[in-house]
Amino acid sequence: MSARLELENVSHRYGNDAPALEKLSLAVEPGELVALLGPSGCGKTTALKVVAGLLRPTAGDVRVDGRSVVGTPPERREAAMVFQKPLLFPHMGVTENVGFGLRMRGARKEEAGRKADEALRRVRMEGFAGRSPGELSGGQQQRVALARALVTEPRLLLLDEPFSALDANLREEMRDLVLRLQREGGHTTVFVTHDQEEAVVLADRIALIFDGRLQMYDCPEAFYDRPATREVARFFGATNFIDGRANDGSVRTPLGDLRLEGTAPPGEVTLTIRPEAVRLEGGENSFRARVSSTSYLGTQVHYELRAAGTTLRAALPPHVRLAVGDEVTARLPATSLWVLDRRF
Amino acid sequence: MGKKGGNVGLALVAALVAVPFVPLTLWAFAGEWRFPDLLPTAWSLRGVAHLVEPGGGVLGATLNSVLIGAATAAASVAVGMPAGMAIGGYQWRFKGVVIFFILLPILVPPLASTMGVHVTFIRLGLADTLPGVFLVHLVPTVPYTALILAGVFAERTGELEEAARTLGASPWQAFLRVTLPGVLPGVAVAGLFAFLISWGQYVLTLLIGGGNVVTLPMLLFSAASGNDPVVTSALALAFALPAVLALVLALRVLKPGERAGGFVGPGKFS
Repeated sequence: MSARLELENVSHRYGNDAPALEKLSLAVEPGELVALLGPSGCGKTTALKVVAGLLRPTAGDVRVDGRSVVGTPPERREAAMVFQKPLLFPHMGVTENVGFGLRMRGARKEEAGRKADEALRRVRMEGFAGRSPGELSGGQQQRVALARALVTEPRLLLLDEPFSALDANLREEMRDLVLRLQREGGHTTVFVTHDQEEAVVLADRIALIFDGRLQMYDCPEAFYDRPATREVARFFGATNFIDGRANDGSVRTPLGDLRLEGTAPPGEVTLTIRPEAVRLEGGENSFRARVSSTSYLGTQVHYELRAAGTTLRAALPPHVRLAVGDEVTARLPATSLWVLDRRF
Repeated sequence: MGKKGGNVGLALVAALVAVPFVPLTLWAFAGEWRFPDLLPTAWSLRGVAHLVEPGGGVLGATLNSVLIGAATAAASVAVGMPAGMAIGGYQWRFKGVVIFFILLPILVPPLASTMGVHVTFIRLGLADTLPGVFLVHLVPTVPYTALILAGVFAERTGELEEAARTLGASPWQAFLRVTLPGVLPGVAVAGLFAFLISWGQYVLTLLIGGGNVVTLPMLLFSAASGNDPVVTSALALAFALPAVLALVLALRVLKPGERAGGFVGPGKFS
């Protein structure tokens, strides 16, 4: 039932504007949940609409289970979409809304109603069948929209920032719901979001898109441990970049020779390390540094450390108390150092 | 303004609308009303009897007016809907020019254009016929319905239709099941407008109908130029009735205070 989705060199531009999407290629395996992540205006919604059939790509191919669907109208793609707004049909009741897709496929009213009620149970909205959309809260409406998409048993489930209009608590609840539904139904799901945390929590794999171009496509951990470029690292909150010259297993930097795990290609390289990975201890890859600023965040304290003209950020547990001007020994563990701009 | 002030204002407006109907109603049921009496000295149902008199022509004229009005309303909506959808729902080049041409029949004096229409209708055999009168009534009504519906469609984003499409609706199904129910209040208002414009037509009916197609306004005008205020007043009341009904109906459909269905400011079209 769930399908394999492939995008191959998909480009799209609106009129004469700069391309919204530039040669996007990625594959989503059956039953996989992939997040299209990126800042607003990066083309991720455009990509989703191309998959849904609401936009025709200016170039490239979209395949579902190996068959090109570029010429297929949206109603025959079996790719149900949930939008940022619930977009419930205001003149229909909740049950009618959920049964809409089935009715469009020729189901009888009673059958559509029965399946709609079942779908409403799956999103825990069974008590609201007789209501009209206007009587529901935003979160409830979005649950109904989710049920409306799921009831058609789509081959692809497309979610376009469906929770971004909800408040934080509700958003978390909805994430859990989507995860549960996706595990139960095994739908191949593409989820668009600008929220890095949401992508990490939900997705099997994340496709990070900047300016219509795919930057990196990998599992969430890889974006923290092995970012492809400086931009990717920065988007995921890694702010430490150290330039140096690689020579086999170590890199000569202003902070001294830093040993790596594994080797780097010889030449100019940039190293990165996540603020949480910086240690305050002696040993390999350690150096003296001075605290230049502190900010207390409750569960963590963020410090800026200055050493040899380089600024490093360190996130440490709150029981470590340092003041501005303190001299410390900082260590960058070899296992946490990552060489950037390696092309995959 | 407080609620009380609002009510006083409302009463004033209501009075302003109702006052002309007072002498009209008195005259319609008057048997004898001479100067300087304040009220009729005798009452009669002569005016009402004239309205429903089988051979009197009023019933036939009313039927003509209703038929032409209903056909005009339906056709105006049918023509105005695609036009309104194109103007309100999409951006394209030369839209301003097209809007100007749609408005042209309202801007040009109807006498000027209808002279030309008359010549063409004579050639086509439409002059002096009911279908001919119906067609010429579309000249002033289509611009209004097109613009009202443009306003209705401008409020729509197309997102509901997109959602419907991804759920399996064809473009037609999306239009019939999602768009149409959504614009229905606006369509009803546009249709009522067209009906009222047609209902009130005198000049166009006279020119194209040539006296053969008799509608209520024709009778009213000839009665007004005659010398029987009782019959004229009765006719005038019968003539005003649908307008009042239409207004009540439109207010029901629009539910004022909730949202202003089909009306747009000029800004959207400039």
